Amino acid sequence: MYFIITAFTAIATTTIFYVSSQRTKYKLGTLCLIFWGATLMWFVDHVIAYINEGGEFLEMSFDATLLGLIVVLWGFISWGIFLLIEKFQQKVKTNCKS
Amino acid sequence: MACFVAPVAEAIVVSVIKKVVEKKEKNIKSNQKEGRKATESYISWGRKLSWLNTMLWGGAFLLMIEHIWYGEIVFYPPFLTEMNSTSEMIQMFHEIAQVGTSMSIFITVVWAVIVVIAETAMKHKSTKIIKAN
Repeated sequence: MYFIITAFTAIATTTIFYVSSQRTKYKLGTLCLIFWGATLMWFVDHVIAYINEGGEFLEMSFDATLLGLIVVLWGFISWGIFLLIEKFQQKVKTNCKS
Repeated sequence: MACFVAPVAEAIVVSVIKKVVEKKEKNIKSNQKEGRKATESYISWGRKLSWLNTMLWGGAFLLMIEHIWYGEIVFYPPFLTEMNSTSEMIQMFHEIAQVGTSMSIFITVVWAVIVVIAETAMKHKSTKIIKAN
């Protein structure tokens, strides 16, 4: 379930990236790539687990759903931290120049 | 178990390569005359490598969250719960080799496809602008 939630988030953020005029300012590309990276990794993990062990391809449980939501939250938190670091670095560069 | 270790290893290597490439591109730009050579790419390699870097680090970080959730990573040594016994360690290394390496290769292949699509799109855009002028 966390794989599906992350994949949907990757698709949604990519759509926002293409539609938004503020994509460069808010580094929406970075946000998309974070979720796509996780989606692709979990896709490989699920395929190999399905081939080796069989069973269900997707885990549909409350636990997995909650994990999916927490992973998405942490994805947004890491993007926010990245934006803050970028802003700080830009300020330092501007102060050095002046 | 600890499959994200392989993408992290690749991410470290890509980060180093990206820094070197960005330095080289900066030096080339400052020495070059205006305009783009026919053999040059439309998007800098530093930028392209940053896409791969973001996918690897971002994906590995979120996978680490999943491992923490399932209790496979702890915040005290040896940090990975599979390091407690030899048989589990062997299983862990096998998973890193099989699953982790597959993840790294798959993401790199997808990145290469993205690079080709992006370069083609930029080339068409540039041709349209030249024709319009």
